[in-house]
Amino acid sequence: MSQQYPALLVIVPLISALVISAAGWINKRLCFPIAVAALGVAAYSSIGLLLRVLDEGAIVYRLGGWDPPMGIAYYVDHLNGLVLAVVSVVAFLNLIASKKSIELELGDKTAPFYALYVLQVTGLLGIVATGDAFNLYVLLEITALSGYAMLAMGKDRAQLSTLNYLYMGTIGACFYLLGVGYLYIVTGSLNMVDIANILPSLYESNAVLGAFIICLVGVWVKMAFFPLHAWLPNAYTHGPSAASSLIAPLVTKVMIYVMIRLILTVFTPEFAFNILAISKPIVWLACIAIFMGAILALAERNLKKMLTYIIVAEVGYMVGGAWLGNRAGMTGAILHIVNDALMTLCAFLVVSNIAYKLKGYAFDDLKGLVRKMPFTMGAFVVAALSIIGVPPTCGFFSKWYLISGAIQAGQYAFMVALLFSSLVNVVLFFRVIEICYYEPFSDGHGHDQHAEPMAEAPLTMLVPLFIVAAGLVLVGIYTGDIVNKIIEFAIPQGIV
Amino acid sequence: MGDLIQIVVAKYNYWIYITLMMIGLYAMIVKNNLVKKIVGMNIFQTAIILFYVSTGAKRGATIPILEHGHGDHGAGAHMVHAVDYINPLPHVLMLTAIVVSVATLGVALALAIRVYSRYNTLEEDEILAQIREK
Repeated sequence: MSQQYPALLVIVPLISALVISAAGWINKRLCFPIAVAALGVAAYSSIGLLLRVLDEGAIVYRLGGWDPPMGIAYYVDHLNGLVLAVVSVVAFLNLIASKKSIELELGDKTAPFYALYVLQVTGLLGIVATGDAFNLYVLLEITALSGYAMLAMGKDRAQLSTLNYLYMGTIGACFYLLGVGYLYIVTGSLNMVDIANILPSLYESNAVLGAFIICLVGVWVKMAFFPLHAWLPNAYTHGPSAASSLIAPLVTKVMIYVMIRLILTVFTPEFAFNILAISKPIVWLACIAIFMGAILALAERNLKKMLTYIIVAEVGYMVGGAWLGNRAGMTGAILHIVNDALMTLCAFLVVSNIAYKLKGYAFDDLKGLVRKMPFTMGAFVVAALSIIGVPPTCGFFSKWYLISGAIQAGQYAFMVALLFSSLVNVVLFFRVIEICYYEPFSDGHGHDQHAEPMAEAPLTMLVPLFIVAAGLVLVGIYTGDIVNKIIEFAIPQGIV
Repeated sequence: MGDLIQIVVAKYNYWIYITLMMIGLYAMIVKNNLVKKIVGMNIFQTAIILFYVSTGAKRGATIPILEHGHGDHGAGAHMVHAVDYINPLPHVLMLTAIVVSVATLGVALALAIRVYSRYNTLEEDEILAQIREK
């Protein structure tokens, strides 16, 4: 059984997406348990897989028994073992937390939504597990298409913003496909490890350079790296709560993983950092992304939209960290994938709790919210502290690695950008906390002076939120273990 | 000048795909109508499909089916020369990419219908003006 984990991870959610859409015709109540079971199996196998990788090292799984490079192989090492565990656990927790909000916001469309949800997770897990460059493209589009459909179920401008997301997402995926095409022309292979073995003799070739740049730009569009971020804030803000809290933590982070995989495995760090002299300009771009993300977030008066701009800034953290070209920076980037997925999940779950109880999440709606929803706001404070980077929450430690990487590499601008963004985050979150804690609650009926009765979100939404909030602190406390036992082995020895 | 023409003619498939791709990209960036943007997107995807297909082609080669693989001769009787056959792999990959692009087109058109039923127009500037009015 444990031999089949890499296949189960993808196939169980894929088949259950079909089963869910069929079950929706019979009885809508069947959909949720099937989705929970499917993602439960996925989470169980990805954690089992991570433990196996820790024991035995990298695992190659041949789909259908065909040997790579002819067949498609799933290749799981420390890097994607960790990301797989994070993706599946985040998706599982979010599914449980979102049940009530899905029923409230989507009414009779719950069955297709669960099917799309599970399909999206299939795509994400597949992208992370696969060792085949073209297979990655197909899974990328599975993820993207199910994401478009889910986000478009939102209200107001959702369809228009999703259509813009679709244009940009398609350009991004096509660029990636084009890059893979060039790689295939020069190497004749699509298997990542095989490509990496053939490439060293071709490093001088312009086609390889072109392939790398085109793939990179494609992935950047998909991860909303500034200035290619324009699709993200509107699409994520107007989507249904459950869709945004799945897509916001995971999709950008998985794309960061793809970029790191391209650097570390497909093109090797030697080529990316030493032969091409592009790390410096990219780190500068990342600095601009962080600055602009922070400033644009500052201009927002809507909690959910503010969080989407924070994601744009966080993408800058990870791209910059990965391109610093040293061990500390890469460690910081990989650790930040884990931390940012949890932090963003926590923040977006808070937003979906607020949306469940209140009409909106503009700052004016949040006045005095702490008396109405004290537990939700407690979790929000933990998420805020983590995004700002206060120890012992996990956000502090990844920022620490990123900053020490920046100093080692002599990229002081990146350090300044990180510190600037932390300061702006302090302003952003304390502004929200001040509104929620100190301004009187106003519901437009002049009840300002009365103590507002508590109206918390239901327990099924609160318990997962608390698990995630506790996770932020626990991951922070066990950062040393995560770095020494997992990330240390994920980065090749060549990077010092 | 002569050199340039030679470069263009020798690698004409690349030039064609790049031209098509740029036409698609132009439509997606410049056009105001949402459906025209979708058409541009489809041209963009098709350009890449043509690029892949052209890389598998070879002059004077045939489809990759062994003609004397069965029967009295046996599979070992003839050497298989890769030069005689076009490379089927890019074509097979593009079958998947075509499916993906059809699915994307479907989702995009469905979204365009929803946008139209909401705003009664497909011109982007008119939609944005309506949003700003609210």
